[in-house]
Amino acid sequence: MIEPIVTFNDVHKSFGDVKVLKGIDLDIKPAEKVAIIGPSGSGKTTIIRMLMTLEQPTSGDIIVDGKNLWKMEKKGSMVDANEKHLRNVRGDIGMVFQHFNLFPHMTILENCMTAPIHVKNEDKSTAKQRSIEMLEKVGLGDKLDNYPSQLSGGQKQRVAMARALVMRPKVMLFDEVTSALDPELVGEVLEVIRDIAKEGEMAMILVTHEMDFALDVADKVLFLDEGVIAEQGTASEVIEHSTNERLQSFLHRFRS
Amino acid sequence: MLAQGLTITISVLIASAFFGYLFAFIAGLCRLSKNVILRKFTGFYVEIFRGTSLIVQLFWLYYAVPMLFGIELGSNWWVGVIAIALNYGAYMSEIVRGSILAVAKGQTEAATALNMSRFQRMRLVIFPQAVRMMLPEFGNYLIQMLKATSLVSLIGMHDILYYGDILRSSNLSQAPTVYLLVLVFYFILALPLIFLTRKMEDISKKGVASQ
Amino acid sequence: MNIWSWDVFADAFLVIVQGLGITLGLTIACYLFALIFGFFWTFLRRIPFKPLHWVITWIMEFIRSTPPLVQLFFIFYAWPMVPVVGMTLDPFTSAILGLGIHFSTYIGEVYRSGIDGVDKGQWEAARALNFSTRQKWTKIILPQAIPPTIPMLGNYLIIMFKEVPLASTIGVAGILHMANSYGAQYWTYLEPLTIVAILFLVMSYPSALLINKLEKKMNRRFDKKEALNSSKGATA
Repeated sequence: MIEPIVTFNDVHKSFGDVKVLKGIDLDIKPAEKVAIIGPSGSGKTTIIRMLMTLEQPTSGDIIVDGKNLWKMEKKGSMVDANEKHLRNVRGDIGMVFQHFNLFPHMTILENCMTAPIHVKNEDKSTAKQRSIEMLEKVGLGDKLDNYPSQLSGGQKQRVAMARALVMRPKVMLFDEVTSALDPELVGEVLEVIRDIAKEGEMAMILVTHEMDFALDVADKVLFLDEGVIAEQGTASEVIEHSTNERLQSFLHRFRS
Repeated sequence: MLAQGLTITISVLIASAFFGYLFAFIAGLCRLSKNVILRKFTGFYVEIFRGTSLIVQLFWLYYAVPMLFGIELGSNWWVGVIAIALNYGAYMSEIVRGSILAVAKGQTEAATALNMSRFQRMRLVIFPQAVRMMLPEFGNYLIQMLKATSLVSLIGMHDILYYGDILRSSNLSQAPTVYLLVLVFYFILALPLIFLTRKMEDISKKGVASQ
Repeated sequence: MNIWSWDVFADAFLVIVQGLGITLGLTIACYLFALIFGFFWTFLRRIPFKPLHWVITWIMEFIRSTPPLVQLFFIFYAWPMVPVVGMTLDPFTSAILGLGIHFSTYIGEVYRSGIDGVDKGQWEAARALNFSTRQKWTKIILPQAIPPTIPMLGNYLIIMFKEVPLASTIGVAGILHMANSYGAQYWTYLEPLTIVAILFLVMSYPSALLINKLEKKMNRRFDKKEALNSSKGATA
């Protein structure tokens, strides 16, 4: 039995009085590709934002590569993690955002190079070389010195992926990465994700509305509804053969 | 003769701009600090200096501080510089604070996702963008500070306005020419600052992700 | 020597407060002058004649980027000497003109930003409904252009209030002037100047809070993003 790289143990999350997640249990194996689908407001994004340490869970444990993400041991008991602990554990995780969040004051090469140099203390020439290779891989080798404002949405999102990949995460999170794109630009971004998925060594969690894409790429699909995982299984089990009524009506809206 | 006052006007402007920006950054960052005492204290400074007049502050530093503490703030030149710098530092600290807060939240999140430390997020991502937002306002305030330097003539500094007053009192009928010339002098000093401000507006339009 | 004396404080307070009426009166007068004169700039700049537009823009820039103190001196000391149109003005009137004109250039900009903020479709709608020029302005444009600028205009009231003590230099007997003459008479500046500072603070700080509130309300109402910096400075 392979040890899971990510584990959620009865994770709850509330914003004020609103309970967004009501007990999430989840195991993700290394190199596994997981798609999370579900209606908006069901808490999909919150799951991966907690994994990226952008939101703190209200209760429950999140374990990444054997380390508890949000808690640390202090004098024999578990207390809330401090910034230092978080920095130690989140190095294994990378994230691509819906709205790209590229650094507008840097060229796209600098966008990719900055973190390896400053966070991983790589020397400049190595970081630069790796960044260029990664940008070439996502098809932007000719735009190295452009600023994000000069790129299309699809190109920006590909830069954002290169930027995250350069950090060599063990788990990569994709937060509705095509939702902010014009329809004709969605394809190029999905293509890159497909390529990354084929290489295989990284676990990937994708929050997405692209059902066909999920079917194609994901080993496992989770249907999140009203704060719980309502259905899970292989892509074809969940998307094509499920009898869950709410899932059916949710899928129906995408298939019409 | 007016040109003799240029040295004082320009030196006061440069020094008070330097210290003004310095105070602005220190106070602006302190107001964002997690330390409540630091935040309250700088908030107090900012409100006091924004809530009263520069001319009152200048006189207070000039007349009252020596009486209160029995110390002289060095020369009148320093009194002028400190008054202008404290006053505009308070105003501009609000710009520093506002600009840092205006950098989009997604930028901090992206930097966190790349595992940058708090300090790295500030230094590499937030600050460079915030400074771009500050530039046009900083330019505007530079012109305001130039105008404010004319107040130092009231505490006996020999700036442009001081020499203007001397000329006027020696020949009353020349007053219109004299003051017009004084105004033109200030305007010539302001012109490069006006163009600088426009340039900064152009710069700041690029390279910022604001909410 | 006694550094701080409450007796002096009380004594000076009674003297200085007498100047409060002048200070507040001058503030209001300057402000009204600037509000009205601001329209003058705004409309002059709308005349579609390039050279005139250019000249007006630079005159405004000139007034705005030179010290109000010098402008005050110009009107008080130099205006009487100007041939033909010159006349002697008392300090109070000089201060209204000097500070009023200086700030009218800022107020003019505020009006302009308000007018620019009116949706282009509104102009077209006014034309489509065949309004006269006058009706277009009074019924359509200005009612939409002015309300969003009210917080900014309020800010300028506070800014002008803090600039009014400049008038003490030409002898307007406001609170700063009273404090200075009290100080000169008894050779104690500490208490009088502190009183002046306190008076300014207790009047401007609550007003600033009020305007902040107003601004938030307006922003919500007009669905605008909060301004980066509400207290855009025009001081000197």
